[in-house]
Amino acid sequence: MIGIEHYIVVSAILFVLGVLGIFLNRKNVIVILMAIELILLAVNINLVAFSSFMGDLTGQIFAMLVLTVAAAEAAIGLAILVIYFRANGTIAVDDVNRMKG
Amino acid sequence: MIQTLAFYLFASLVIASAVMVIMARNPVHSVLWLILAFFNAAGLMVLVGAEFIAMLLVIVYVGAVAVLFLFVVMMLNIDFAEMRAGFINNVPLGLLIALILLVELIMGVGAWSAGGIALGTPDGSAAQGLGQSNIEAVGALLYGKYVFLFEVAGIILLVAMIGAIVLTHRQRPDGARGHQDIGKQIRRRPQDATVLKNPDVGEGVEL
Repeated sequence: MIGIEHYIVVSAILFVLGVLGIFLNRKNVIVILMAIELILLAVNINLVAFSSFMGDLTGQIFAMLVLTVAAAEAAIGLAILVIYFRANGTIAVDDVNRMKG
Repeated sequence: MIQTLAFYLFASLVIASAVMVIMARNPVHSVLWLILAFFNAAGLMVLVGAEFIAMLLVIVYVGAVAVLFLFVVMMLNIDFAEMRAGFINNVPLGLLIALILLVELIMGVGAWSAGGIALGTPDGSAAQGLGQSNIEAVGALLYGKYVFLFEVAGIILLVAMIGAIVLTHRQRPDGARGHQDIGKQIRRRPQDATVLKNPDVGEGVEL
């Protein structure tokens, strides 16, 4: 019998993998963006599972909004990546310290 | 029974492909594994009866975001040693992923016809159906109670689109091929660009 706990565990593992991916691929910003997508996917699974568990569709609406933000974020992130590559000829994010933040 | 089986198949595959996304040496492989992860997550969502979000996930992520990633990875032409080794290296992986997707689709249909997973309710009572399909219920909520959030999502997408275009648009030098003078283009009027002619029969038009 599959319960809400199973879904939460899957979502938690996915979230942790996304965070791990950010740390593992410090040099490759494309994989970092993909890891962020994985994190948002974990959030979506959680929202949908709880929406079904509570019998309340609001969670699915929120999942849709998360999806929207994820798509916008991917588009902007990749656009920044393209102009960075055009300016520097590399996507190594280790030496991105131009803004001295 | 088949629901349990389908859940464990989807869950293990989504986790396995997430591991491969962050472990793969070649970003192209990462993108392919990401597509598989999204497909399996959509399967998980179908199992609890959220088929609209599941379809949205496949359309938006697999159809748009993953293709965008793939496009950028291919376009940047970064010095990945394996990537230069040739496209043929991607074929076994592609076939593997396609095979897994096919098996899953067949299985998903089987699981769906056997009835979805009921996650239960907080107080342990039986979940009552909403009396309409998931997509109808989501639509009623989205265009009714949450219409403002829906509009805001639209604005976010518009801003993201304009932002991406503005960021990546490259102004070419004057006189170069592909040079655009946007002010000049906007100032252009129909009467400057077109003339109305009434040629006689059998005669051409002299411009």
